[in-house]
Amino acid sequence: MPDPSSPLRLAWAVAAATLLAGMPPSRAQSPQDNQDFTQIERGRYLAIAADCAACHTNPHDQRAFAGGRPIQTPFGMVLSANITPDRETGIGAWSDAQFDAALRGGRMPNGSRLYPAMPYPYFTRMSRDDVRALRAYLNTLEPVHHRVETDQLPFPFNVRTGMSLWDALYFHPGELQADATKSEQWNRGAYLVEGAGHCGACHTPKTWLGGDRSGRQLHGYSEQDWFGPNITGDEHRGIGGWSQNDVVEYLKTGHNRFAAASGPMAEEVADSSSRMNSADLQAIASYLKDQPGQRVAVSALSPFNPAMIAGAAIYQDLCSACHKADGTGVPYLIPNLAQTASIASREPTSLIHVVLRGATTVSTADEPTAPAMPAFGDQLTDQQVAAVITYVRNSWGHAAAALSAGEVHAARQTKSARHR
Amino acid sequence: MIDKLRRRDLLTGTAAVVIGQSLARASVISTDTGEPAKAGPWQYFTPAEGAQVEALVDRIIPPDAQTPGGKGAGCAVFIDRQLAGPFGRHEGWYTLPPFVKGIKQQGPQSSKNPAQLYRSALAALERYCRGQPGGKSLAELPAEKLDEILQALESSTLQLQGDEGKTFFEALLTDTQEGFFADPIYGGNRDMCAWKMIGFPGARYDYRDWVGRHNERYPHPPVSIAGRADWTPKRR
Amino acid sequence: MSIARKLPRKDVVVIGLGWTGSILANELTDAGLDVVAIERGPWRETAVDFPPNRVQDELRYRIRHELFLQPGQTTFTFRNKMDQSALPIRTWGAFMPPNGVGGGGVHWNAETWRFLPSDFLTRSHLIERYGAHFLPADMTIQDWGVSYAELEPHYDRFEYLCGTSGTAGNIKGQIQPGGNPFEGPRSRPYPTPAQQQPYSHTLFGHAARELGYNPFPQPSGNLSQAYTNPLGVRLGPCSYCGFCEWFGCANYSKASPQTTILPVLVRKSNFQARDRCEVTRINLDRSGRRATGVTFVDSSDVEWEQPADLVILSAYTIFNVQLLLLSGVGTAYDPVANRGVIGRNFTHQTISDVESFFEKDKFIFNPFIASGAIGMCIDEFNGDNFDHGPHGFVGGGYMGQVQTGGRPIQTTPVPPDTPRWGARWKQAVRDNYLCALKPGTGVHGSMYSYRDVYCDLDPTYKDRFGRPLVRITMDFHDNELKQNVFLTDRYAEVFRAMGARQMVKKYRKGPYDITDYQTTHLCGGAIMGNDPKTSAVNRYLQSWDVPNLFVMGASGFPQNAGYNPTGTLAALAYWSAEAIRSKYLKSPGPLVHA
Repeated sequence: MPDPSSPLRLAWAVAAATLLAGMPPSRAQSPQDNQDFTQIERGRYLAIAADCAACHTNPHDQRAFAGGRPIQTPFGMVLSANITPDRETGIGAWSDAQFDAALRGGRMPNGSRLYPAMPYPYFTRMSRDDVRALRAYLNTLEPVHHRVETDQLPFPFNVRTGMSLWDALYFHPGELQADATKSEQWNRGAYLVEGAGHCGACHTPKTWLGGDRSGRQLHGYSEQDWFGPNITGDEHRGIGGWSQNDVVEYLKTGHNRFAAASGPMAEEVADSSSRMNSADLQAIASYLKDQPGQRVAVSALSPFNPAMIAGAAIYQDLCSACHKADGTGVPYLIPNLAQTASIASREPTSLIHVVLRGATTVSTADEPTAPAMPAFGDQLTDQQVAAVITYVRNSWGHAAAALSAGEVHAARQTKSARHR
Repeated sequence: MIDKLRRRDLLTGTAAVVIGQSLARASVISTDTGEPAKAGPWQYFTPAEGAQVEALVDRIIPPDAQTPGGKGAGCAVFIDRQLAGPFGRHEGWYTLPPFVKGIKQQGPQSSKNPAQLYRSALAALERYCRGQPGGKSLAELPAEKLDEILQALESSTLQLQGDEGKTFFEALLTDTQEGFFADPIYGGNRDMCAWKMIGFPGARYDYRDWVGRHNERYPHPPVSIAGRADWTPKRR
Repeated sequence: MSIARKLPRKDVVVIGLGWTGSILANELTDAGLDVVAIERGPWRETAVDFPPNRVQDELRYRIRHELFLQPGQTTFTFRNKMDQSALPIRTWGAFMPPNGVGGGGVHWNAETWRFLPSDFLTRSHLIERYGAHFLPADMTIQDWGVSYAELEPHYDRFEYLCGTSGTAGNIKGQIQPGGNPFEGPRSRPYPTPAQQQPYSHTLFGHAARELGYNPFPQPSGNLSQAYTNPLGVRLGPCSYCGFCEWFGCANYSKASPQTTILPVLVRKSNFQARDRCEVTRINLDRSGRRATGVTFVDSSDVEWEQPADLVILSAYTIFNVQLLLLSGVGTAYDPVANRGVIGRNFTHQTISDVESFFEKDKFIFNPFIASGAIGMCIDEFNGDNFDHGPHGFVGGGYMGQVQTGGRPIQTTPVPPDTPRWGARWKQAVRDNYLCALKPGTGVHGSMYSYRDVYCDLDPTYKDRFGRPLVRITMDFHDNELKQNVFLTDRYAEVFRAMGARQMVKKYRKGPYDITDYQTTHLCGGAIMGNDPKTSAVNRYLQSWDVPNLFVMGASGFPQNAGYNPTGTLAALAYWSAEAIRSKYLKSPGPLVHA
């Protein structure tokens, strides 16, 4: 787990791969009536679904939405903004139109551009009504006087005008249009996943500039310690092996018969998806499972490969204590390595991280147990970590390239690895 | 972990601190290994003491064709590292006075810690050996002489200072055998030789496939907390 | 230390967050109360404190006592007889006081027994069957004030909390095949089936059956299969690692507060825990009849006062007694005048063992494959399950092949007449490791209470705060020694029938020896009962003297039965919690009028 004192380590925006959900389409709202209960409740739900608090509430001062949480981007640090209705330091002085322009257009009231650490390239797909509901909810918050200098980036990235180029490349404004060939549930899922939920922020591969790589939506993406795995319907790499209910259970409780959420996804489940309604989670699952994967032919390493032999020894001596000799684990308690496709993800980032440093899974009301994986980084050498991960990624029908000791060594050098 | 601790209002140590040590500790799911022995020279013993203890542990556990003796297994290294650490200082013991000699059933009451006991007993033993005909150092004595000395200590016929002979013998016997059977991370049981000798598979944690297999020899080799040779990929 | 700083008032303060503290905290937070638990030791979590790559360390945990309280923090003094001077226990031996969140529940073996119905009526039952003259004059056994039938639902609750693995012997009066036919009627089967048994344990069962006994698997909190308890907390299946007793469980398969209650408890906003804080006193108002809270010292030696309306004392047996004595709750026991209650009827367990040696290569026991509560047992010689008339003693115990592992520092038995060291010793270890048995606590006998076995405050030795240590005065009495000879002989007969070539009967002999491990089942000292003259707490574990103080744990046992105590002390905790919720909270005050 990240230390709370360390910044969120995310590509652009998004502390967590949030699966976002709005509420059912709203009846017409009067823009003047900003105390409308239904609208505020819808906005509150959207704030949960978009996991606004993940970035805008600093866990150190606990003042809700008052900003100041450091967010690590590939280009340096930014601080999240104060989005309470404080007129001086928050967004209390903004008009609804200005709020909409920021959220969906990436434009500040003074015309300057936001960094896409704020996921406006996803929020642009939200409906005007949902954005207004969100604003209505934010207006009900306690104003907090807290000035945040959001801009911490080094030159040249601190030149916000440069963002216009970025926007030209990667920002495709506009509300999501329904696909008439798909079910209502599927379309609702698309709206949540591609819009407020901004799942792609953690799960879609990025270009070197941090923009989504086209054609690879939700195929998995690594940012430092964690790999947001492929969450398409791909049977070999994605969640094709999970039923729709498996997906819903995972989002609702952080656990299902195969896997458990840890790392950033644990935060997402705890703060966001576990608090969303079942219909929306079903919609998300339905949409995700229908996303095409990417067929990549990889054949498993020979069991006689020296790394496989060593990895098997380590696995049987150490890992079998919990994951069992056959890799199947214990449903809802110990992840099933044999039947979890993300084990053989393109990038083993999360696996390396978890083996080196351990991880606690999320505790939710429905699944309070929150078992944890211990750290093996002090016990195993780089070569041994590489061997056991290589073994796990090439057993029980999985296939993946061998991991090198150098990759493990590099992973040890990241900040959180050094943090004790 | 963080999520969990954030939910619980856990107050550690000082009442003024709301979230303390436990949260910081939870940021890495790890624990220390205890006090693993480091390689290298004696940490507590002088070279002369080290040689004496090596001679003695090699009689308590003599080498044979299949298994090293106490010296080869590293029992003297084990004792040295233990005496240099918390055990040698009686850390964690109740050490407030008065120190009064009681009956056996009341347990150890000496104010002397193990490190001090070894130091004074080994010196006394060396003086005793030098005073014998021939005047050899304990470390130079032949096996049968060493056995005689150990027997004399065990039976209290060789007293050293006060009652220390028997006390020292019991400590040496316990520590030697603990070093022989403890995990090799502590410096003894080198190459898991003691575990191989008896058929103990070591730090394994999963016998689910074996609990129902009765009267069958368990086939897998022992493993230490530090692993085993097979954990490192062989070069092709 | 300066004058205590005062913290905001709580509804409930819980002293000690082990099994009973966790149960009470969970029950009382469910009742809507604001609860703070104060724990002397550290917070403990599975993956941090006993992960599967570190915990299999016999030296660290068994020999050097990593998870236990350190005597340097506090200890007791000990003597056998009242005319001796007590000396401090400088390093643990006979028992191992727990420390830290989870308490003894972290490193117990998870044997999850119920006491016999007659155990709760020890005195009246024995007098009815054998006459008052049959009991030794100085034996001070009493009835508990609570019946098995009253506790049954609470035993059941604890077993279903833990997922206990076992084979029922008596369901609603119907004797069940394969279970313990002597047990009291249970309302339903165990939540999970019995664990698998390794070779030697299985052989013991076969031999016992051949001898005409009714062997059954020991009820185990090491689970035979994955389990989800009524709180929604999940446990995994035991992997028979052989590192259970003295060790924390690395794979969530041993029932403990960590694996059954704490995940739910820590999510509650009306629960708080303070670890590394030691309660030094229960504070009373001027009348001495009402607790106002507790005083504790944090890890920086700063003293704090925690006011509370209800105090739950749920520390380890002797520490319960110590806090009562130091706080002036109740009257200290005086064995000469035979007056007072705090410290009275202190007991342990009467344990013995038989080491047995079998033919090499013909028997391969693989002793390292085991769990903490593994084993096949017989109960023919427990409690009053047999006629004591011809034998001249009372009490008894279960016995079984209950060996918990083959950890080699402790478990390398050699045949009699083997030297303690040298080449012959080494060869004997090599030859016998796989074909010798050393169950450890194979005979698990009761210890009844006596007038001269008790706890009080030591006149000489102090803890680091300058408070007097508790002084233990304890010795075996003839009744227990006779019981042990009889039981150990019966026990050895089973090993003979298994085919042992050689056996060493390790009878329990006096005087009681503080260096020799004989379970951590210290009981009594603040016992429950129906008469405030002879008990510290009433049948609901409520202090007779201070009605807003409840005292949990085995300190309430009037005498100890021939079983491990955890099942019973946990059932009593649920029983007491129910009384607090259903009676006390509606009308705070004495639940029983003397």
